Amino acid sequence: MYNLLIGGAAGQGIETTATILRKALKKSGYHIFTVEDVMSRVRGGHNFSLIRFGSEDVLSHSNKLDGIIALNDETIELHKDELNKNGFILCDSTLSSNDPRTIKVDMNEMAKEIGNPKVSGSIAVGAVLKLFGEKIELAGDVLKDNVKDQYLEMNIKAMEKGFQAVEGRFPHLEGNVSLSLMINGNQALSLGAMASGLKFYAAYPMSPSTSIMEYLASKSDEAGIVVEQAEDEIAAINMAIGASFAGVRSMTGTSGGGFSLMVEALGLAGMAEIPLVVVDVQRPGPATGFPTRTEQSDLKFVVSASQGEFPRMVIALRNHTDAFYQTARALNLAEKYQIPVIILSDQYLSDSHSTVEPYDLKKAAAIYAVKPEEKGEYLRYKYTEDGISPRLIPGKTNNIVAIDSDEHDERGWITESSEVRIKMMDKRMRKLEKLKLELQEPEFFGDEAFKTLLVGWGSTEGPIKEAVESLNRMGKGKFAALVFGDIYPLPQKLLREKLALAERLINVEQNATGQLADLIREQTGISCDSNILKYDGRQISGEEITERILKEVQR
Amino acid sequence: MSTNTFSTYETAWCPGCGNFSIIDCLKTALDELNLDPHEVLMVGGIGQAAKTPQYINANAFCGLHGRSLPAAVASKIANEKLTVIVDTGDGDSYGEGGNHFIHNIRRNVNITHFVHDNQIYGLTKGQASPTSGEGFVTGVQVNGNINTPLNPMLISIAAGAGFVARAYCGNKEHLISVMKQAIEYNGYAIVDILQPCVSFNKVNTYAYYSQRVYELDDSYQPFDKVAAMQKAMEFGDRIPIGVIYQEPKPSYHQKNTVLKSGKPLIDRPDDSSIVNKFMEEFI
Ligand SMILES: Cc1ncc(C[n+]2csc(CCOP(=O)(O)OP(=O)(O)O)c2C)c(N)n1
Ligand code: SF4
Ligand SMILES: [Mg+2]
Repeated sequence: MYNLLIGGAAGQGIETTATILRKALKKSGYHIFTVEDVMSRVRGGHNFSLIRFGSEDVLSHSNKLDGIIALNDETIELHKDELNKNGFILCDSTLSSNDPRTIKVDMNEMAKEIGNPKVSGSIAVGAVLKLFGEKIELAGDVLKDNVKDQYLEMNIKAMEKGFQAVEGRFPHLEGNVSLSLMINGNQALSLGAMASGLKFYAAYPMSPSTSIMEYLASKSDEAGIVVEQAEDEIAAINMAIGASFAGVRSMTGTSGGGFSLMVEALGLAGMAEIPLVVVDVQRPGPATGFPTRTEQSDLKFVVSASQGEFPRMVIALRNHTDAFYQTARALNLAEKYQIPVIILSDQYLSDSHSTVEPYDLKKAAAIYAVKPEEKGEYLRYKYTEDGISPRLIPGKTNNIVAIDSDEHDERGWITESSEVRIKMMDKRMRKLEKLKLELQEPEFFGDEAFKTLLVGWGSTEGPIKEAVESLNRMGKGKFAALVFGDIYPLPQKLLREKLALAERLINVEQNATGQLADLIREQTGISCDSNILKYDGRQISGEEITERILKEVQR
Repeated sequence: MSTNTFSTYETAWCPGCGNFSIIDCLKTALDELNLDPHEVLMVGGIGQAAKTPQYINANAFCGLHGRSLPAAVASKIANEKLTVIVDTGDGDSYGEGGNHFIHNIRRNVNITHFVHDNQIYGLTKGQASPTSGEGFVTGVQVNGNINTPLNPMLISIAAGAGFVARAYCGNKEHLISVMKQAIEYNGYAIVDILQPCVSFNKVNTYAYYSQRVYELDDSYQPFDKVAAMQKAMEFGDRIPIGVIYQEPKPSYHQKNTVLKSGKPLIDRPDDSSIVNKFMEEFI
């Protein structure tokens, strides 16, 4: 497996170079995982992209580098300590680095000779392909798709120049993934929603969720989806609720700040029993926090957000496969139980690209609720055994459909009766009992004869998996892990079963207080023995978890 | 009254409240427009006025305080065959929901917005609303309201609304006629309905309005924006009622590229082949 960093200031073209490189490497058959580390600014600062690639599954990023493409001196200063002994730093000859691993190429000069200073990125692409033993032809097609026609020829020339300027360094590794998808978390989530019949999406721009709205908007005409940029997040969620009430599959998405504004309406969906999916792509908080970075600190907030009590479900996305299938499932469950379903993603997952098996659209198709029979007086909130009442769509039958945010009777009319209140509350909460029967247990992996059990949720799955594998390989003990996708209501079967076998329980989370550990203690009475927590806005890596377990826990 | 299919229930309003005539007029307007209850969606927020959807035999969405407009426009986006009417209070519309008010004028979704403007918060027992007059004394504004009252007609015209009208619940025939025009207008139509709150507003009473309100007649043409703004500012010793501004404009459904081509959103089937095509773009 190889790991490459492309770094520079915002506006220097890191993204374009990284995009062309990851696409070319995928063509060569590699599994790929990329991470964007971007500051919240349009020019200057320090940004970088990581591209990790290999012939086997790449689950997450790593901070051990085989190569650095440095577009400025700062990149070299900041990252040279992460570079392996036999790694390289590729940069323009004008940069001042005197690190012995530096390979200087006259990229700027060459670009000027070719006739456009902007082609220096393609020179770097050519050089990197050579360094990793790849064929130059690989990138030709990719360039065609990513560069405007009139610049294509000069970019191809630039790539060839770069290719000739360096010697090969690493051998090509055989992979087999050319037919897989390379997709980021927000794109995967959007595709999943469309596969499940999404017709309306309302949102207000907020990093790192905005690219969901952008991707859906780019497909809206073709797919027949209305994408509406709301005036604020309160409008966004109330729109999604209104459209869902009127009978189309609807979703809204935001990050923690916007979710905070949506909270009252989340309760409306719960009270009025209107299917709703809300995506929270987490970033570090509180307040504005770190707009372009990652954290898992909204868990306790979303499981309890809004006044009062009502049934809800929270699904955490662990990877790019989950992002697709679980979003489709969320829309189906929201419809089946007439509840709000919250999807927790985060910046790490939403912006990172991964190679995944093509999705099976059939497994993501919409499952629509059976249309209720129309007999006698229609009762929107009829008391039923499982708590799910017959839901008609206004205007689609001759019946009148009334929903209410006030406590209401079976017809949907406002009431203050204590008897009705209790019956209605019980009816709503009963839906959870049925939902609990179809929860998905956390993913278990590692040594079956484990002594130490790690727990985690969401996008730390990849890093935790890598850590468990490497700890077991090192022979420093026997490790396994449980990583939650469905997280509220908390599935407890496998957790209790595995906990009974564990000598030690370690909670791994991307936040400062250990929110999953709290949830587990609250729901099961079981406490974790220690926490590995990270809250600097940068995703924990497998190596970091391994190191910290050995240092902080294993001692 | 009894033949009207929109009639239903007992209300929880104070005797003498202006809301009674408003709901009567609304039922008559809907009936006269030959609409069926199941074709109509009434949307309200929270407040005394916002209870109107509860008291009419039609589909009802009784949502959150201030949030009726976003829910209403999205319902209309989902199913354009529904006649969507927001019926709610001045606090709900202009205070808590002020941001939605401005931006839904810009969207111009084909819905109707009836504001029961009693210049007070009725349900919470009498605090100043955005339209309360200067000096208006309440349990909160104990030394009199010091804020400039908001002029909903002027704001609506300025923000680009295509149908802006004022009516008075004490003139039912006129109110019914304005309501019908508003419902039939293609686009966002707002009617600010002057409504005495007999329990908490001792200033803007029936007597107060009867002395001031006058009907706009044919000598006033509501098609000139500047003249309409001037008319909208007339709110003192004399208060004009009627259509203050009207302009044909393309509605949201006529502008939105998805909606203008084809069936109502709700009647469109899922198409997995198109999603498959999107997926292949990632190979
Ligand atoms: C978020 C929220 N804030 C406050 C309230 C309390 N509240 C209910 S109705 C209302 C004001 C109603 O005024 P208006 O819309 O003018 O209706 P009216 O009762 O005068 O008809 C307020 C403040 C609420 N229900 N929800
Ligand atoms: S409080 Fe005022 S607005 Fe409310 S019902 Fe009584 S009179 Fe009407
Ligand atoms: Mg009021």
